[in-house]
Amino acid sequence: MSSKPITTYTLTRRGWLVGAGGVALGLMGALPAQAEDTIKVGILHSLSGTMAISETTLKDVMLMLIAEQNKKGGVLGKKLEAVVVDPASNWPLFAEKARELISQDKVAVVFGCWTSVSRKSVLPVFKELDSILFYPVQFEGEEGERNVFYTGAAPNQQAIPAVDYLMSADGGSVKRWVLEGTDYVYPRTTNKILEAYLKQKGVADEDIMINYTPFGFSDWQTEVSKIKAFGSAGKKTAVVSTINGDANVPFYKELGNQGIKATDIPVVAFSVGEEELAGLDTKPLVGHLAAWNYFESIKTPANAAFIKEWHDFIKNPKRTTNDPMEAHYIGFNMWVKAVEKAKTTNADKVIAALPGIKQANLTGGVSEMLPNHYITKPVFIGEIRADGQFDVVWKTKSLVPGQAWSPYLPGSKDLIADWVKLNCGNYNTVTKTCGGT
Amino acid sequence: MRFGRACLVALALAFGLALGVANAQAVSLDDAITHFTADDFDETLIGVNEVVASGSSRAETIIGALQNGQLMFSAEKKAVYIQDAAGQLVDAATGQPAGGPPPDDLDSVHLNNRLRGAIDAAMGQLTLLSRDPERRYQAAQAVFKSRAATALPTLEKAIAQETDGRVKVALEQARAAILLTTPGTSEADKLKAIATVRDRGDQDALGLLADIPAHETPVVAKAASDAIAAIQTRLAEWDAVQNLWYGLSLGSVLLLAAIGLAITFGVMGVINMAHGEMVMLGAYVTYVVQEIIRNNAPALFDYSLAIAIPLAFVFAGCVGILIERCIIRFLYGRPLETLLATWGLSLILQQAVRTVFGPNNREVGNPSFMSGAFDLGGITVTYNRLWIICFALAVFVALLGLLRYTRFGLEMRAVTQNRAMAASMGIRTSRVDALTFGLGSAIAGIAGVALSQIDNVSPNLGQSYIIDSFMVVVFGGVGNLWGTFVGSFVLGVANKFLEPFAGAVLGKIAILILIILFIQKRPRGLFALKGRAVEA
Amino acid sequence: MSSHILIRSLDRSATVFLITVAVIAIAVPVLNLAVPQSSDFHIPTYLVALFGKYLCYAILALSIDLIWGYCGILSLGQSAFFALGGYAMGMYLMRQIGTRGVYANPILPDFMVFLNWKELPYSWYGFQHFPYAALMVVLVPGVLAFVFGWLAFRSRVTGVYLSIITQALTYALMLGFFRNNFGFGGNNGLTDFKDILGFNVEAETTRAALFSITCVALMLGLLVCRAVVTSKFGKVLIAIRDAEARVRFLGYRVESYKVLVFTLSACMAGIAGALYVPQIGIINPSEFAPGNSIEAVIWVAVGGRGTLVGAAVGAILANYAKTYFTSGVLAPYWLFMLGGLFIGVTLLLPRGIIGSLHHWTALRRARISAAAEEGVAAPPPEPQPAE
Repeated sequence: MSSKPITTYTLTRRGWLVGAGGVALGLMGALPAQAEDTIKVGILHSLSGTMAISETTLKDVMLMLIAEQNKKGGVLGKKLEAVVVDPASNWPLFAEKARELISQDKVAVVFGCWTSVSRKSVLPVFKELDSILFYPVQFEGEEGERNVFYTGAAPNQQAIPAVDYLMSADGGSVKRWVLEGTDYVYPRTTNKILEAYLKQKGVADEDIMINYTPFGFSDWQTEVSKIKAFGSAGKKTAVVSTINGDANVPFYKELGNQGIKATDIPVVAFSVGEEELAGLDTKPLVGHLAAWNYFESIKTPANAAFIKEWHDFIKNPKRTTNDPMEAHYIGFNMWVKAVEKAKTTNADKVIAALPGIKQANLTGGVSEMLPNHYITKPVFIGEIRADGQFDVVWKTKSLVPGQAWSPYLPGSKDLIADWVKLNCGNYNTVTKTCGGT
Repeated sequence: MRFGRACLVALALAFGLALGVANAQAVSLDDAITHFTADDFDETLIGVNEVVASGSSRAETIIGALQNGQLMFSAEKKAVYIQDAAGQLVDAATGQPAGGPPPDDLDSVHLNNRLRGAIDAAMGQLTLLSRDPERRYQAAQAVFKSRAATALPTLEKAIAQETDGRVKVALEQARAAILLTTPGTSEADKLKAIATVRDRGDQDALGLLADIPAHETPVVAKAASDAIAAIQTRLAEWDAVQNLWYGLSLGSVLLLAAIGLAITFGVMGVINMAHGEMVMLGAYVTYVVQEIIRNNAPALFDYSLAIAIPLAFVFAGCVGILIERCIIRFLYGRPLETLLATWGLSLILQQAVRTVFGPNNREVGNPSFMSGAFDLGGITVTYNRLWIICFALAVFVALLGLLRYTRFGLEMRAVTQNRAMAASMGIRTSRVDALTFGLGSAIAGIAGVALSQIDNVSPNLGQSYIIDSFMVVVFGGVGNLWGTFVGSFVLGVANKFLEPFAGAVLGKIAILILIILFIQKRPRGLFALKGRAVEA
Repeated sequence: MSSHILIRSLDRSATVFLITVAVIAIAVPVLNLAVPQSSDFHIPTYLVALFGKYLCYAILALSIDLIWGYCGILSLGQSAFFALGGYAMGMYLMRQIGTRGVYANPILPDFMVFLNWKELPYSWYGFQHFPYAALMVVLVPGVLAFVFGWLAFRSRVTGVYLSIITQALTYALMLGFFRNNFGFGGNNGLTDFKDILGFNVEAETTRAALFSITCVALMLGLLVCRAVVTSKFGKVLIAIRDAEARVRFLGYRVESYKVLVFTLSACMAGIAGALYVPQIGIINPSEFAPGNSIEAVIWVAVGGRGTLVGAAVGAILANYAKTYFTSGVLAPYWLFMLGGLFIGVTLLLPRGIIGSLHHWTALRRARISAAAEEGVAAPPPEPQPAE
């Protein structure tokens, strides 16, 4: 692969000087061989540790996108060069690596992070050094940073449409809700939003059960039987699952074994995609749901081309594609367009150029970068099929614009983010002031 | 025309199955199945109802194929087929093989959960008079859930000719469910129905009773609320049994994970932080075995675990012996250094597996005998948990036997109790050490086979068990398998009794703190080893 | 008087190390702030933060070496004390944000606002005052270590049992801090700090100052540790390490010695954590992860257990390696290297780097003196840590 990005790795002269003083502190630097010819793109995804399970794929997809762009001649006449670092699923290391990418490697943009905590830990770095981060994973929103572009779904692009679907006749006219999540900020916030939303829709307190389990929870017997008991009150019950990664497999296995079928108590998940299902025997799970902005099974020419390219790149026709990969696809192409529009990779200029950039997504729509740095996305509800893919059973009529601040949370209902007109990430529409600094 | 169809859709939506059937009596099977070619959920629903109403002998086959995702259609040709397991197309209406090449736009009829519910109900209705008692039983359960009034005549007929006691009870419960939820049932019938449902006494019964319309006569309402209270009391009593069962199940998992550790820790005083990775290797052996079977001999799938167990035992055992020979033996007498070295080893093994198999979870399926559950009184017992408990006990007994009745066991015990003395008696302690470490790892390997049935098969599998395993061993007492046995079940049960009150996280924290406090009281665990070995 | 003890307690490697750290404490900020960016001698702020982190880890490693190298207590929960100190500092920094948070709430930190918390939990009271927070940095880990140690050592929990229950301790704390209901920000932890004592934490000058303070803390830590281990108290500790039962029979109250040194070490770890947080910019429950503690122990082993200076050097080297190997083409193989380091050091270099250096110089000296005396070549026994 001649167009494969070159990852360079040399020591700076300065590095050796710092070693002075007797302690060999030294440092690594990564001055490229052809610094003048390339634009560097940082990839900040864990390749080892617990998060590698999700993030390795995203690193690969970024390498693929960069190689593809180089085949087309790069950006602004220069080749792109990927700089891969491994934050090793360690949050402080995320911050350190972000700093390294920006100040040492002088990357023009960083694509990376998974889960909010990694994003939160690199945030101060991006603000301080004024660079750009594209964040590709669904999350709880409640953030509107100038230096971050959120290509993953905000709660109103995933959770709320999913609940709407379940309340509809096709979804089973659900009246009783179990909000089951892993105990961290994304499920907590999403469930707060959903709770407020459901109550607004007239669901009574006793018809909502909220439950949290720790990361990597594996013994689901008690929890599943609790769900079963809660579902036996004579009203149609559904589970809204914000269970994180590793805990899903034992959860679904227990569901399947205790005989909870999708026709009895459907489970709609926000963190279970094609990759997660690849580790599961999905036959007992047929009919359970997931809400995403992309499914591999959606038949469009763009998606077919993307899947083919992915299989060719990864040299494994069995590898699935998933929602965060599409988010990177959209984000990367938006960045390329913005750079070409701004005619520079200067962060300030690219940040200013990004809002308004349009990019066709893989499901037939055209996503747009909004002034609040979120994008518009279609929302699909998919049912798990026996082959580990999803059957789309419902989708929103048009693309849904991402909301930075949820109107269903008392703390944020008056806030909006707008970096074009207001130049503020948390503008209070009541007091007419920009909160924070 | 269009309006008429919309009306039909609306009606079918409003009244579901019942009205669909009533409206569609005159429809022929051919007309009914053309609805499947519309690729629209509402149309498919009408199709299901009309197929049932057509009274055709093919109805059961067609609906069954739809349920299994084998019903195919071609919108272009307006044709509906059934695809058999070999991929052959059969005309749905006639059952004759479809000639010619398959149509280009062939696709399976799509389902959603609403349709699946309707299909289950339809299948229930169609199979109430089946010859197979198990199918009749399933049909009765499906009707109990759907409460479709149209099934009543068939149901009455089925009850009249039923001979199997279990099926008869189920059929009567189904009838009671229909009677309770259809308007116009007499009060006496309703009371009788409530009594029938009350005897069923499970959560489905509870759901049904809670769903009885509010405008019932006071007598019926009272009977219903009494029945609800009775069922709830009964279920509450079963709760403790259920927690106990869950606790035993968790305990068996802990036992499997910890018992290998107990051997290496107890006999050799070696802290093997890579123990969890041995479990992981066992799980990956299962994955590889299943993958080979899937690709080459799918018929053997149910035997995959039986094949994986000896392989995992041997593989993990060999890796264990290799580790002992290459690393551990240089570190005897320095347990803390061993701890560090094996921790490093665990990192290497994890990343090695990640490099070879990729970081994602791997699919390990449940063989058919380990899928599903059965009800025992008021609790649900899942087969996989039941088998794992049996397996854990079998491993434990086998290990006890090995220690008690074999020469190797004797040597192992001798070395545990007094290494120097054992060596002077001519026991080759270094060989015993290697084999012991191998045995501990091998048992971890087969534990991995069992755990692959309930947990992720990913490079992180081992890490999630290592701390718990250490807790069990330390709590139970080192050098005594019974300590590990009692320790794991006590911790498992305690955890499961705490969980409903404290929640999963606090429950676990509480257990950890209790163990820390317990160690203060009995620094050598529940079953402390006595004798000279203690201070060694 | 006391300075007398401190100076007497220094051996050659400690003196060299102290002087080096002192030079770095002055040189790095000067090269960072005063030298123009274009110069080859300029040190970028990025490196200042990175070195600052290494130095915090060096203090943590010192605290481990104090108990493991000199008293035989292998704590696999040392990162718990480190993280607790960090949280105390993080809470102070959170309270300093005030109305500059995204929700502009003057009292409640952001994560409490969007989880609909109405009132500040009691555990957060007082943390707006730096002296109080600084006290807590030392007090919380210290008290926890005292209580835990008092319970554990009194009932003579030793060796691997102690290691395992310290691991349980940090694991339980990690699970607890992950819970959002605990009120410490759950998984996200505390982040987005603005000010420390009125100075902007992101400013270069603040970073340089924090760096120098960390250097000073490391120097003080080393001095205190040296003073402890060379005192009579320290001799008893070493005796406990080598033969606990015998020391007990000689009439010493072993438990008291152990509890004291364990508490002291926890306080040091807490201070290291407190210095770490403003330089890194985030503290979250993964700092409690048992793996972190074990990794910290290996730093000590790399540098040389029971040498103090070695622990600090080991921490810096190991973390430098981590930074180096987690970038570029080697990134996917970092865990292989870390694992290999664990095994290699324990198997091939049981004395660690500094320990081996000491050993070799001792051997050489012995050989020279032996040659001079033409007597029997017997190297003086270097105190070798036993289990």
